[in-house]
Amino acid sequence: MTASDAQRTVPPQAAHTPGEVTSRNPFARVSSLFTLLILAVLIVAFTLYSGTKFLNPNNFQNIAVDASQLLLLAVGATFVIITAGIDLSVGSILIFSAVVAAKVAVRFSGSPEQVKLYEFPTQEVGIPLGIAAGVLSGLGWGIVNGVLITRLKMPAFIVTLGTLGMALGFAQLLSRGVNVPNVPPAIQQEIGLRELASVDLGGYHYRITPPLAVTTIVVVIAAIALARTRFGRYTYAVGSNAAAARRVGINVDLHLIKVYALSGLLAGIAGVFDLLRFGTASVSTHQADNLAAISAAVIGGTSLFGGLGTIVGSVIGTFIPAVLRNGTVIARVQPFWQQVLIGGILIVAVYLDQRRRQAEERM
Amino acid sequence: MDGSQMTAPVLRASGINKYFGPVRALTDVDFEVRRGEIVALIGDNGAGKSTLINVLTGVLPFDTGEIVFDGRPVRFDSPQDARRHGIETVYQDLAIAPHLDAVANIFLGREYRVPGPLGALGFLDRKRMRRETEEQLARLKVRVPGLQRRMTTLSGGQRQGVAVARAVMWASKVVIMDEPTAALGVAQIGQVLDLMRQVRDAGIPVVFISHNMPHVFEVADRIVVLRLGQVVQELDPKTATIDDAVSGMTGSVGMTAARREATIDR
Repeated sequence: MTASDAQRTVPPQAAHTPGEVTSRNPFARVSSLFTLLILAVLIVAFTLYSGTKFLNPNNFQNIAVDASQLLLLAVGATFVIITAGIDLSVGSILIFSAVVAAKVAVRFSGSPEQVKLYEFPTQEVGIPLGIAAGVLSGLGWGIVNGVLITRLKMPAFIVTLGTLGMALGFAQLLSRGVNVPNVPPAIQQEIGLRELASVDLGGYHYRITPPLAVTTIVVVIAAIALARTRFGRYTYAVGSNAAAARRVGINVDLHLIKVYALSGLLAGIAGVFDLLRFGTASVSTHQADNLAAISAAVIGGTSLFGGLGTIVGSVIGTFIPAVLRNGTVIARVQPFWQQVLIGGILIVAVYLDQRRRQAEERM
Repeated sequence: MDGSQMTAPVLRASGINKYFGPVRALTDVDFEVRRGEIVALIGDNGAGKSTLINVLTGVLPFDTGEIVFDGRPVRFDSPQDARRHGIETVYQDLAIAPHLDAVANIFLGREYRVPGPLGALGFLDRKRMRRETEEQLARLKVRVPGLQRRMTTLSGGQRQGVAVARAVMWASKVVIMDEPTAALGVAQIGQVLDLMRQVRDAGIPVVFISHNMPHVFEVADRIVVLRLGQVVQELDPKTATIDDAVSGMTGSVGMTAARREATIDR
């Protein structure tokens, strides 16, 4: 009688899970399958409508470069949301980091008089310093977020809403509200657009630029770290049941600080990408990037309640808006439609996420 | 006290006093856990069961008294400390991560990493964790279905099984179970009680905290009754009745000092 329950249920379950590490019930996969399907449908639809104007490698390279900054933010958002947290400040951190990187690069590339004349005698020093300052200031904001959330025991929503305002405000103070002037053009010409490697394929010339390379490396490392390492395991555990994680001796607060630091660091790198791609730091864009990153993660199957999510899902969730944006422009559809579509996809994705949880817990 | 190896206590607390401000939560409590037994700790709400367990497992400090563990006086300053000494606790609220699978939960906080530089980077040795989980559970005849399914997909009894299995897996000296049968169905309760016997038979004594007298009398080798922070009775379930235990818990039957002496200092 006592073991009958287990005996009855064991064999079929065992049969379904031979060697698989995380087996799931059918509903568990629905959400990420759905997003992949959406992406495929979009690509097919735009191809049918616009033909080779859309479906050509150069255009796909454009999409990837455009998506690179949001990909970095979405990777950070994935870790944060899996811990059942939220980071609203990444867009502002991105702007702050871009402004700091630009300011430092200008300051150390020559005297004020020289840079006004577009002479940058010490840009070999100034540009690396600027890049490092931008990345580190992102990391700094991330640590501030993590420390405030864990030490003051404040909701992440409130803390990062606060630092959203502060980082943006400081960025505007530093830049006096305008694009930072006199940035050495070498940042864009020599680094941002530098061809690290290229592949000639089918008459097209693919160029791997530093932003593309860095983003690819970050995404791959993040995906491996989340799925295969103790850091990833603790990220899920903290979001799944923080009290249980604490009880088994996991330093939950330290882990949360690391996760928010990671989110800030990636926002800092994305901020430097602004300089690499556009040669300037703008304070008027990126202000909705936080919500774009969160919706990318959520569309990709990350649960706002914590404990669930994958990097692959978030990558798909990032490319859906990116493809929509690119495709609507090429198809000469009013670009405002993309917002409508992304909103609808978000709602359906979260609905499926809830269904999945209910289906799992029903048993 | 220092009799045969069989009855020598693994864990012995004597004269434990614990105050919360002016409130005396535990008064001169003597409690011991002997090899090869299931000792039940019973008492009404507020009798001090949880406080005593928290003192024994390093969650709470105590004010006066002594705890001897494995023949040496100890003072655990954290639950981790107690765990390092081989004392595992199954908490009432399970304390599992519902989105992780059974292997991940059983190894949570104690993950094996692969050897070499990849291990230094934090890469998990999932095969080894899975293999050792299977081996250990088979050895203990513990049945946990779907080792690699998320806990959310398991039933309440199965989750309890994982929580107990985790404690059993890591406990080398004592397993403490806080209300492990609460909120379970009949079949699952039977499983958990069986599990406790298996743990005991594998040589690890079990402390069983419960309100449920039938469960206690079914499985315990010895019953310690707490009331108002004091040990008021120690019963042998073979000879005592549930009524004896209930009257001890509630104090409804006036116990003379003499009888109390007799039951405690047996």
